[in-house]
Amino acid sequence: MTYQRRTKDQLAVRVAEDMPDGAYVNLGIGMPTLVANHIGGGREIILHSENGILGMGPAPNAGDEDYDLINAGKQPVTLLTGGAFFHHSDSFAMMRGGHLDICVLGAFQVSATGDLANWSTGEPGSIPAVGGAMDLAIGAKQTWVMMDLLTKKGESKLVRECTYPLTGIGCVSRVYSDLATFECSPQGLKLVDKVDGLDLKELEQLVGLPIRT
Amino acid sequence: MLNKRVRSVAEAVADVKDGSTVMIGGFGTAGIPNELIDGLIEQGARDLVVVNNNAGNGDTGLAALLKAGHVRKIICSFPRQSDSYVFDELYRTGKLELELVPQGNLAERIRAAGAGIGAFFTPTGYGTDLAKNPDGTPKETREINGRMYVLEYPIYADVALIRAERGDAWGNLTYRKAARNFGPVMATGAKCTIATVHEFVELGQLDPENIVTPGIFVSRVVLVPRVATGAGGFKKEA
Repeated sequence: MTYQRRTKDQLAVRVAEDMPDGAYVNLGIGMPTLVANHIGGGREIILHSENGILGMGPAPNAGDEDYDLINAGKQPVTLLTGGAFFHHSDSFAMMRGGHLDICVLGAFQVSATGDLANWSTGEPGSIPAVGGAMDLAIGAKQTWVMMDLLTKKGESKLVRECTYPLTGIGCVSRVYSDLATFECSPQGLKLVDKVDGLDLKELEQLVGLPIRT
Repeated sequence: MLNKRVRSVAEAVADVKDGSTVMIGGFGTAGIPNELIDGLIEQGARDLVVVNNNAGNGDTGLAALLKAGHVRKIICSFPRQSDSYVFDELYRTGKLELELVPQGNLAERIRAAGAGIGAFFTPTGYGTDLAKNPDGTPKETREINGRMYVLEYPIYADVALIRAERGDAWGNLTYRKAARNFGPVMATGAKCTIATVHEFVELGQLDPENIVTPGIFVSRVVLVPRVATGAGGFKKEA
């Protein structure tokens, strides 16, 4: 059988459709940012940015950039009607205090039981940087990961145990990937969906771990 | 009459001593008190410990303070940027000490200093490499109601440099958009908070319902002209 990987945009659509209306959501830097482009008209998803914004809107038109109004990736954004500004300790209280419904993060590795590694490859000489990743990972009511299932070398990023430095323990509940969607729990991986034409056995081989259905 | 306005940036930072811990507000391009940082470089205090979310971009502002060799240690959450080459070089050659702190722990440790909290337990970082002390020993942990937490201590500062929008003689401040970020919390965590404003107004002109930082947390207010903030500091590929 042949199958097609989900494109980044198809993956973003897939993540967006699982967000309930009215959810407070933080989208991490990188691939998760794409999800904002696929929250269709008429839906009310309130986006949080760690630097003190709720109700964050899309990028401004060229020429309208305001560098006092940027997202966590330091790119200019806009504020939706009803949006609010607040300082950093309030912003992180929203995360750590369990007020955010969902955060979507990128990952280097996720373990079958939901451990997350996404802040450091641990390479000697690399400049470490963590930002708000650890607060988000353990703080939101649900932490979702959005990533390609395999590395460029073809190794699974879903693993039995993370080998990269951890961001949080047992914090990831869902992994949305280009080949399949999984739930992580103390019982291991459970399949939510997979792309057409990919059979479970093949998927288990790629991941190298048992997957419940 | 209480008047916290000082006439110049030079006057505002004149008494910063060698070895001080200096909090500097700002996140990305928003809320960086560039005029105060330039003033601090000129003033010449050395052996500083700087607390900021990042570790400077390009060659100006915080990067210039680092480049001048005035900083011994930086406490921050996200030093790596596409153009943080000044920090990168100093760090790699061992000329600058780094204490990397998850961003929420950074904010809360500053808040704790300002709020008289001796230490606090946080779930952030539990089980990770950042739940270790700078000497590599594990930080104290505790199980509370079935969840694991790490003990974190306050970050006290001698001076906070922040950028606000409007201010008055009592030191009351408002901010602009996401330039607020660390300003209000840093204002509480330092012995001496120096704020720049783009508009200095008569007492009573700020709506008391909308004052974000009450003047009790502010020692000095300096008026600086508004300059457009530029792009920069973000990586295209995260």
